[in-house]
Amino acid sequence: MTLVFIETDTSGQVTLTSAEALTFARTQLLPDGGAATSREVSGPPSGSTEAVVIGELSDSAVDALGRLGVGVIHHLEHPDLAEYSAAAWAQAIVDVTPESGTLLASGTPRGMELMAHAAVRTGARMAANVIAADEEGLLRQVHGGTAFERLRLDGDLQVLTIAGHACTPEETTPITPEIIGYDLTVAEADLATRVQRTEVEAADDASGLTSARAVVGAGRGVGSENGFAEVLELVDHLGGALGVSRVVTGLGWRPHAEQVGQTGSRISPDVYIACGISGAIQHMAGIEGAKTLVAINTDEEATMVQRADYAIIGDLHEVVAAVNEEIVRRRG
Amino acid sequence: MNILVCIKRVPDIAGSVTLDDTGTEIDESGLGHTMSSHEECAVELAIQTAAATGGTVAVLTLGPAEAVEQLRAAVAVGANDGILVEAADPSVFAPEDIAQVIGDVIRDRAEAGQTFDLVLTGDDAADTGDFQVGIRLAYDLGYPVLTNIQTIGVTGGGEGAGAGSGGGGERGGGRIEARGIGPAGTEIFSLDLPTVVAVHEGGVDPRYPSITGRMKAKKAPIVEYDAPEPGTGSPRIRLELPEVKASSVTILGEGPEAAPALVDVLEEIGVIRP
Ligand SMILES: Cc1cc2nc3c(=O)[nH]c(=O)nc-3n(C[C@H](O)[C@H](O)[C@H](O)COP(=O)(O)OP(=O)(O)OC[C@H]3O[C@@H](n4cnc5c(N)ncnc54)[C@H](O)[C@@H]3O)c2cc1C
Repeated sequence: MTLVFIETDTSGQVTLTSAEALTFARTQLLPDGGAATSREVSGPPSGSTEAVVIGELSDSAVDALGRLGVGVIHHLEHPDLAEYSAAAWAQAIVDVTPESGTLLASGTPRGMELMAHAAVRTGARMAANVIAADEEGLLRQVHGGTAFERLRLDGDLQVLTIAGHACTPEETTPITPEIIGYDLTVAEADLATRVQRTEVEAADDASGLTSARAVVGAGRGVGSENGFAEVLELVDHLGGALGVSRVVTGLGWRPHAEQVGQTGSRISPDVYIACGISGAIQHMAGIEGAKTLVAINTDEEATMVQRADYAIIGDLHEVVAAVNEEIVRRRG
Repeated sequence: MNILVCIKRVPDIAGSVTLDDTGTEIDESGLGHTMSSHEECAVELAIQTAAATGGTVAVLTLGPAEAVEQLRAAVAVGANDGILVEAADPSVFAPEDIAQVIGDVIRDRAEAGQTFDLVLTGDDAADTGDFQVGIRLAYDLGYPVLTNIQTIGVTGGGEGAGAGSGGGGERGGGRIEARGIGPAGTEIFSLDLPTVVAVHEGGVDPRYPSITGRMKAKKAPIVEYDAPEPGTGSPRIRLELPEVKASSVTILGEGPEAAPALVDVLEEIGVIRP
């Protein structure tokens, strides 16, 4: 059996990355009941994937999980789990984890942390940033996506996190999931690392960036802390989000929450417009999920230009200002 | 507060890579080496926290003999001393092995009189991206653990705390407040020492070494251990490289004159806000 930890957003909807993880569970060859099955690589039938949800479980989430092929939802609720504590949440997940098979989550900060705790608590091995599973074992990203590692985790239970955008969420024949509730006990010691409070500021909320349909990227080419006017205006015209390179956050021009890449957010917008960004491998790791890639760069040889679908060669300030003007002009 | 930062020597990759003859490692011959970026921030956090509490910073690495360079780089920016656990080929160690080895070294240092109130790691290393060593180490030591942390503040009792702590899991004095990345904003945690904290890049800017720092680093005391045989071993079968895609870029033009062509594309995708 494959058990998937589901994250929901503040309005109780299943997150995009959890939908990806569920699709992964349904479409990849994972060990079932301790032994790799001879099942076709097209994956197990809907219903053999189970989900674990902690906290509120909305009707729309149940619906969405049914459409993503989930047969059973393990719903974990307890007053001590209302605030996040990795150890307590991980133990609750472990309480419903089978002895053999696969436990997985998406490779978000939460998913990574919970799976690592769960791996220790179940004595299992864990592989992070997995992108595929077949007869040979697992394939995962290493070196920030520059290379892939083939590996096999021995043991009856394997614990995985799925790299962001390793697969596209796909719905299947809808089923009505069975919902199982539990009487949980939470150990006091596991609450030592409970979140005391959460500060929500626009500046450190990366969720707008990861869910935006259009992201305008800005790199060192912007030139200075005061060089963002044109790109911010374009962000506004697109109703999108600003994403920046590490050089930009490293220089203190913009907050880290806006960083895209290996050590920043991984995004999957319909379009990513990279302005003055060279396309270093660690930056590319964050934009693999972008459907259309546009580069605006003075250097025709830049990796970003070579990898883009469309490019304009030129000074980003001039080009982006002209793009903004053109959008305003067409609006009349 | 006495702090230990666990760091890793990793190849410094900017472009594409090739594999070595065995197909299980990347060819590092033409690459420089560096410390993983989360750990650079962990070192900076440690230096700031130790300075605020009158404590010390030690750095530890499990790596080849050359990894002493990364230990010295940390000393050059303000760490006091280093611990090298020498393993000619660290890639044969699983995350659980590395955590076990570090735990044993921490207990051994405690016996030698060097104890730590706070153990920092990076969230994950730039090469393997495992995201487990800090967490597995905390369980081995019997300490609580936080991950995705960007800044640390001391909330009292931090000074000189920890005599008697460091390995046995006893609660020494001192409490820290840590701020980290959550799905809805910045999450704030508060917990007693000793503890393990895995750091995520972005909360602090690593400093550059001064000339005196570099001089000090040359003479810094480095304690050396030999890594034992890995108990679990790496599950790696081999490495593979992604296919290099041929460029299929459409150049829309040069300079501002190309703007209408881009707006056409954006309209086609349907991302211009009406
Ligand atoms: C472990 C590790 C993790 C990392 N994680 C990340 C990460 O998460 N995200 C990330 O982005 N990087 C990351 N990096 C850093 C990465 O390697 C690069 O250093 C960084 O992405 C480069 O940023 P940049 O493209 O803005 O700057 P540069 O590489 O300096 O490129 C600037 C580009 O702007 C162009 N340009 C200059 N002026 C203009 C102008 N007026 N108009 C138009 N174009 C112009 C130049 O031609 C050039 O292509 C990481 C590095 C390491 C080692």
